[in-house]
Amino acid sequence: MTTVLERVRSGREAAGERWRSAPRWVRWALLIAVIAFFYALPNREFYQYLGPIPTPGANFTQVMFTVSIYVLLAVGLNIVVGFAGLLDLGYFGFFAVGAYTVAVLTSPSSDLKTLWPWLLAVPVAIALTMVSGVMLGTPTLRLRGDYLALVTLGFAEMIRIAAVSSEFLKGQRGFNQIPHPPGQYADGRPVFGVLDARPYYWLVLTLIILVVIGVRNLTNSRVGRAWISIREDEDAAQLMGVPTFKFKLWAFAAGAAIAGLAGALFAGKQNFVNSQNFELLNSIIILAAVIFGGSGNIVGAIVGGGLVAYMIERFRGIELFGVELYEYRFLFFGVVLVVMMIFRPEGLIPNRRRAAEFKDRRKEVTVGE
Amino acid sequence: MRQKLARAIGGAALLALVAGSAACGNGGGGDTAADGDKCGNKIAFFGALTGSSAALGINENNGVKLAVDKYNKENPDCKVELVPLDSQGSPDQAPGLAQKAIDDPKILGIVGPAYSGESEAAGPLFNEAGLVTITPSATRPSLSEQGWKTFFRVVGNDFSQGPAAGNYIKNVLKAERVYVIDDQSAYGAGLADEVKKVLGPAVVGSDKVQGEGKQTEFSGVVTKVKAANVQAVFYGGYYQEAGLIRKQLTAAGVTAPLVAGDGVNDAAYITSAGAAAAEGTILTCPCQPATEARGTFAQEYKALNGSDPGTYSDTAYDAANILLAGIKDGKTTRSALLEFVKNYSGEGVAATYKFVEGGELDPAQVKVWAFKVTGGKVVPDQEIPKS
Amino acid sequence: MNFDGLFSNFGELTTTGLTQGAIYALVALGYTLVYGVLRLINFAHSEVFIAGAFAAIWTWNGFGLNQDSQVSGLGSIMFYLLVAVIVAAIASAGTATVIERVAYRPLRKRNAPPLAFLITAIGASIAIAEAFGIYTRRLPQGAPSLVSSKPLFEIFGVPIDAIQLLTLGAALVMMIGLDMFINRSRIGRGIRAVAQDANTAALMGVNKDRIILIVFIAGGTMAGVAGLLYDVRIGTLTYSVGFLLGLKAFTAAVLGGIGNLRGALLGGLLLGVVENYASGLFGSEWKDFAAFALLVVLLMFRPTGLLGESLGRARA
Repeated sequence: MTTVLERVRSGREAAGERWRSAPRWVRWALLIAVIAFFYALPNREFYQYLGPIPTPGANFTQVMFTVSIYVLLAVGLNIVVGFAGLLDLGYFGFFAVGAYTVAVLTSPSSDLKTLWPWLLAVPVAIALTMVSGVMLGTPTLRLRGDYLALVTLGFAEMIRIAAVSSEFLKGQRGFNQIPHPPGQYADGRPVFGVLDARPYYWLVLTLIILVVIGVRNLTNSRVGRAWISIREDEDAAQLMGVPTFKFKLWAFAAGAAIAGLAGALFAGKQNFVNSQNFELLNSIIILAAVIFGGSGNIVGAIVGGGLVAYMIERFRGIELFGVELYEYRFLFFGVVLVVMMIFRPEGLIPNRRRAAEFKDRRKEVTVGE
Repeated sequence: MRQKLARAIGGAALLALVAGSAACGNGGGGDTAADGDKCGNKIAFFGALTGSSAALGINENNGVKLAVDKYNKENPDCKVELVPLDSQGSPDQAPGLAQKAIDDPKILGIVGPAYSGESEAAGPLFNEAGLVTITPSATRPSLSEQGWKTFFRVVGNDFSQGPAAGNYIKNVLKAERVYVIDDQSAYGAGLADEVKKVLGPAVVGSDKVQGEGKQTEFSGVVTKVKAANVQAVFYGGYYQEAGLIRKQLTAAGVTAPLVAGDGVNDAAYITSAGAAAAEGTILTCPCQPATEARGTFAQEYKALNGSDPGTYSDTAYDAANILLAGIKDGKTTRSALLEFVKNYSGEGVAATYKFVEGGELDPAQVKVWAFKVTGGKVVPDQEIPKS
Repeated sequence: MNFDGLFSNFGELTTTGLTQGAIYALVALGYTLVYGVLRLINFAHSEVFIAGAFAAIWTWNGFGLNQDSQVSGLGSIMFYLLVAVIVAAIASAGTATVIERVAYRPLRKRNAPPLAFLITAIGASIAIAEAFGIYTRRLPQGAPSLVSSKPLFEIFGVPIDAIQLLTLGAALVMMIGLDMFINRSRIGRGIRAVAQDANTAALMGVNKDRIILIVFIAGGTMAGVAGLLYDVRIGTLTYSVGFLLGLKAFTAAVLGGIGNLRGALLGGLLLGVVENYASGLFGSEWKDFAAFALLVVLLMFRPTGLLGESLGRARA
């Protein structure tokens, strides 16, 4: 068992080594090929040749949109959990704030009756989630580890209850007729229509690429180094003169802003937002996705978010021995999490520095074992 | 280096976008089976078949199954296939499933969506695709006000059931002190609001609880109801919470009868409350008792599904029959079937059907019945007059 | 705000709140014990509770009792309660043991970081809850009404019934028993030693793995009793109720000061009462909101909880 695992592990390391030592143009070509693949993916003309990849139980393009939203969320949460090491169990709450901001400002069923176009509401949604991130972070970021996890979880649940129970947020009746993003084809048909989910998917995919470039730049800067120092040892970082609180707040706000963007996109596509869209389980799924993929590594977070969201939908419509597998999806999800953490706690595609830490820890002597 | 990365990715993105929109130009929106084959057509059922709100969905799907089964026996050479779409009652999943149905040009009509929330999310897609939907149970009034050309329902909306429930409390139970509880769902709160309007000052208190299985401990509500010393309690919501509330009310010594809407009209309510506590509960429904349904519906249903027809089994059966009548009539394109349903008028097992503006069932046809839990079973009590 | 709703029902809201709080407290003990020793939020503890609650109902079903059965005679009621509580405690302790063996011990052997523990805990919790959900077809399971809910007597005009007495009494007895076990017994000393400094305790000859297992079993037993009391009080059980109840119980543990046994009792009772007052004051829909708001506010001003952390070392 261990030998097989070792071999897999070393094989993966070899693959990683090969990637890093490949000439630059090869890496570029591969990257472009991968991106082109994902842009082409939702076209029926393309995906029908992909064998088992398209989902049998639901429209594949719609599923890919959901997946892309999860990827965007995973990229955002990765900043908070992966880089700054802050355990945020209520991340989906920010997604709700973003979606509800758009809904309140644009929907005719809102009490404000502002009826803004979607595009105008998006920056407001992002700004408001950022502010709510700072507002939540200021009192709570002094707490550490598990306490922070619990408080953020409580916060997300409070947002959900407020959404269900307050008159202003309309509860389960929700907001309908939220406008779509603008744009028209030459013949006057809207680009972002009701039936075709592909433009939404392409929009999210493009934004993911932009966000990833931004996050990459950020992590390679002073801010990113500060985050990593906080993750590794907060006391030492403070001692070395890193204003830890300020940078933790930054991580929180940046992560929240990305979730707000995702929420705004979701509202623009879905047309209808109500309290049923924001279950606590979603926060947990996203956190699990980031750690599953490899927290601290952007590629890992993307793979984790995409894979988890996709797998959950992929179970739909499969029958095995007369049992609908979809019913079992969360059972599998739970078991996979446990198995994964036991055999590969650093995630599928770990951050190199973190993987080294894990290795160190494994070797560390503990008494009484 | 970084700039190059940005430029390269941007270029690739642009290229793909252009390629994508080109592909979209010729591939987008292609749906209707233009040739309109007479045979091999499908209808779909859209609703919760698994998950916590599946009981109603299964009732309905079984009703549709019976209709399709009968149709196929009568037309063995030209069968219709039933496609179940399991939404779990969640608006999140509704667009993906709706699109799935739209993608299949052989699917000519939908029975569903079963719940109001998923109807809100899926409605625009069906409307855009011109795929006709007949819901047997989504009763939110606003659904018919959205300008969807493809929306029809074979039951009365909350505006017909709520006042009826209120009238029953006022005229039959003659209760002068009533407590109103709802679960804050679109359905439950809507119903509770209508009841409050009818009862006016007789409502001595009201409270809200959390639905969808999120709350199981109702001591706060129970304490208030007990202190209010009422003669009847109205609950707007679904059977899960209703059962628990009834059980805990009885345990606390509150004997006032519980009155609730069709969301509670389910055998699972009695198991959850316990037969003793559930005894005497009044359940209203803008539907007729299944046993009163004309013809041999109840026996046939039991023979096929092995259980008695439940709430909305009959309306789902009727909805399916409307679609099947159209298909039999040769309306085998989506637009033809839509036209057919719009002008349909005919008799089903639960009511006589004719649709008015917005796809609403003709108000003259809406009948609201009261059911009573007696001896551990939901039995028909009486039809409630509308005013 | 409805002050009248609060004050006119103040007494009853307090007693029912205390009863629910006692159940929170019993579940909170499991969180507190495990956190005190391992510095780990045992997220799967809510499913330990659910296992006990289901075991009790299925035991009664085994005796041919369902939600409609009437049982009379003090002797047979005591018998059914006693058998069910034993089965529930065993089921819960067993579930806790399995979770510790399968999900946590392998991680400890690898010295995995705290984050990994949290994720396995969440995974185990989801998997177990789903397994129960699939097995029960997500339908509520009814319990027989064994204990009468007729008021026995009144204190200051507030009626008290047998279920409330039983719940509070059982919770207190279990608490005192556990407190004595931790503070007086030899094993208890071992638990305190491991909580203070695991490695030093191991060097002194304490079998760390055994102590951890005992902690899980003790917490599981408490959760099993809580599960039975929940069945008796609520009368119906659905697979999904564990998650929120577990979250509340953990909140209670933090309120009282995590790692502190008496704190768990105080936190549980306080949370139960505050929830009920909030539902009287603002309406029942804000009950959970109030619980979490209380937690957030308390952690901001007194992060170590009301009574402070005592089982474990001071927070780093």
